[in-house]
Amino acid sequence: MFYREAGDFKTSYEEDSQTFPIKFDRYRYYFVLAFAFAVVPFVINDYWVNAIFMPFLIYSIAAIGLNILVGYCGQVSLGTGGFMAVGAYAVYKLMTAFPEVNIIFHVIAAGGITAIVGVLFGLPSLRIKGFYLAVATLAAQFFLVWLFNRVPWFYNHSASGQINAPERTVFGVEVTGPNTEAWATYLFCLVFTLICAILARNLTRGVQGRKWMAIRDMDIAAEIIGVDPLRAKLSAFAVSSFFVGIAGALFFAVYLGAVEVGEAFGINKSFLVLFMVIIGGLGSIFGSFAGAAFLVLLPVLLKNTLVGGLGWPTDLASHLEFMIVGALIIAFLIAEPHGLAQLWRVAKEKLRLWPFPH
Amino acid sequence: MPDQLIYAMEVFLNGLMAGVLYALVALGFVLIYKASGIFNYAQGVMALFAALTLVGIMEGQVPFSHLINAMFGTEIHHFGWHLPALVSILLTMAVMVLLAWAVNKLIFNHLVNQEPIILFMATIGLAYFMEGFGDIMWGADIKKLDVGLPQGINTAIDETTYGWFGYGFFIDNLDIVATVIAAILVIALVIFSQYTKQGRAMRAVADDHQAALSVGISLNFIWVMVWSLAGFVALVAGIMWGTKSGVQFSLSLIALKALPVLMLGGFTSIPGAIVGGLLIGVGEKLFEFSVGPLIGGATENWFAYVLALLFLVFRPQGLFGEKIIERV
Repeated sequence: MFYREAGDFKTSYEEDSQTFPIKFDRYRYYFVLAFAFAVVPFVINDYWVNAIFMPFLIYSIAAIGLNILVGYCGQVSLGTGGFMAVGAYAVYKLMTAFPEVNIIFHVIAAGGITAIVGVLFGLPSLRIKGFYLAVATLAAQFFLVWLFNRVPWFYNHSASGQINAPERTVFGVEVTGPNTEAWATYLFCLVFTLICAILARNLTRGVQGRKWMAIRDMDIAAEIIGVDPLRAKLSAFAVSSFFVGIAGALFFAVYLGAVEVGEAFGINKSFLVLFMVIIGGLGSIFGSFAGAAFLVLLPVLLKNTLVGGLGWPTDLASHLEFMIVGALIIAFLIAEPHGLAQLWRVAKEKLRLWPFPH
Repeated sequence: MPDQLIYAMEVFLNGLMAGVLYALVALGFVLIYKASGIFNYAQGVMALFAALTLVGIMEGQVPFSHLINAMFGTEIHHFGWHLPALVSILLTMAVMVLLAWAVNKLIFNHLVNQEPIILFMATIGLAYFMEGFGDIMWGADIKKLDVGLPQGINTAIDETTYGWFGYGFFIDNLDIVATVIAAILVIALVIFSQYTKQGRAMRAVADDHQAALSVGISLNFIWVMVWSLAGFVALVAGIMWGTKSGVQFSLSLIALKALPVLMLGGFTSIPGAIVGGLLIGVGEKLFEFSVGPLIGGATENWFAYVLALLFLVFRPQGLFGEKIIERV
C-alpha cells in the first residue's frame, strides 16, 4: 500500500536518478524536513536541545563521515575522536584569530583542516589493511589528544588548558557562547547536518562512491579494473575527516562551549561513533542517522526509566548501559550485520504489500 | 661513568620490566588470533574481569549485590569469609573457563565464516559488555589486590648497583616476579603447543580450519580451550597489574598498550610478542626519558603507536609475522 512505484511515471533522466525515486518516500522526506524546520524550533526548550537534538544532529554528521570511510571504503578507523578534536581546536583557533569572519566559514575551514590531517594519517592505509590499519588509526587518536593537551599554542596558553567558545552570531543571532537560545543552536546544527547529508548521499552514489565501494569489496580487483587505490583511499579519508571535523567543531563551539580534550574527544568517542555506524548500518546514510538517534536516545531512556522511574543509583544505570550497548553490538553483528538501515529496508518491502498478501 | 648514562641504564631496565608485562597481555591476543583468526580486543577487559573476580572471591563479596540491593532494597554486601589466594585463583580460573565457553557458544559460533573485521568489532562489543558486567557484578570502586606477591624496592639490586656506580637502581620486586612468571608462562606455552596432543591440535586449527576438522579435531573444543588459555593469561596479567596499581577500570586499558606490541611483533608470533613487548617497553621509557621533557612529557601515551605505525609502513606483517600473500 505504501512505497509503491505504481502510477509514478518518470519522464526524464533527472527524475529517474533522484535520491528518493518513490513518491511516498519523497513526500515523507519533505514532511520530515518541514517538520524539522518549521515546527521543532518553536516547541523545543533547552533540555530537549541539549539532551537529544544537538547530540543527535552532531553525531549524525560524525557518523556519516565515519560511514564513508568504514561503510563505503572499507577502511576501519578508530581515530574519530582525535579527528573531532582537530575540528574543535581548528575552529577555536580560527574563531580567536579572525573574530570578524563569520563562524560558518570557520566551521567549514575547520573541516578542511581536519581533512588534511586525515589524509596524513590515512597514508599508511596504502600499505596496511584490516585491523592492522584499525590499530594504526589509534596512533592518530592518542597522538592528537596528547598534542592538544600538551602544546599550549593550541589552547591559547589558557591557564586551565581548556578551550572556551567565544560568542559569535549568524545574521545577528547568537549561536555560540553562554547566552544562546535553544532554537538558534538547533537550527544552526540542523542546516549543517542537512547539507552534509545531501553532500554525502550524492557523493556516495556517484563515481567517487562507486570507486570507494569497489575498493571496499576487493581492492586488488578494483585496482585491476582501473580504480586508483591511492586516490580512492586518500579521498575517502579526506571526505570522511572533513565531516568528522565539522562534527567536532560544532560539538565544541555550539554544543559544549567548553572542552577538555581528553574528556570530550577520548577513545570512547571513537568507539561511540563506530558503534553508531555499526548499529545504524554500514554503507548507508540513513543508517548513520538511525544509529546516532539510537545511541543518543538509549542512555536518556535508560536513565529516565531506571533512575527516574525505579529510583536506582546512577552508576548502576551507566553500567547497565555499557552492558546493553555491548550486547546490542554483538546482537546486531550476528542477526543483522547491515544494521537498522537494513531493518528499515525490509520494513519498506513489507509495507509495499501490506495489508494485501499478494 | 656519567650520571646521565647511569640514569638511562636504570630507565632501560625498568623499560624491560614494563615490556614484559606488555608482552604478557600481548600473548593472550596472539593465542586467540593464531587459533581462531579473531583479534580479541576484549583481552584487556578480560584481565580486569579476572582481577575483579579474584578480589571478589577472596573477599567473599556477594555478586550483583549492588543490583540486588537496588532492586529489593536489601543491604547485603559480603558473605563474611576470606578465602586463601590459591583457592580463589583456582575458582577464578573456573569462572574464566565458563566465560570462554559462553563466549564461544553465544557469540562466535554464530559468527563463523564472517570477515575478520566483523569479528573484531564483535570483540569490541564484548569488551563493552564485560566492562559493564564486571562492574555490576563486583562494584566499580578501586580494590586492593594482594595475593602475597613481594612488592617494594629490591634492596639487593639497590645495594649492588650502589657498590658499582655509587647510585642505587630502583627496581620493584613485583616487576622481577612478573618477569620470572612471564618467562615461565611463555616456556610452558611453547612446550604445550609443541609437545602435547591438544597443542598440536591447536596448531593444526591455526593452520587450516577445514583440514583440521577433516582429521577429526573438534573446533569447538579447541576454541574453548584457547579462550580459556587466554583467560588464564588474562588472569596472570590481571594479578600483576592489579597488585601494582589496584584493580580499577584503567586496568582494561593495558589492552591498548598491547596493541602496538602486537603490530610490531606480528599478530601470529609468540616470540614476536615478547620481543615487541620488550622493544616497546624500553623504547617508550627511553623516549620519555630523553625527549619527553623537551616536548611536554607523557609521551608514553602515543609513542608506542607512532613507532608501530612507522614500522608497519615499511614492514606490514611486523617483525616476525608470516608474510602476507594476497590472491585474487
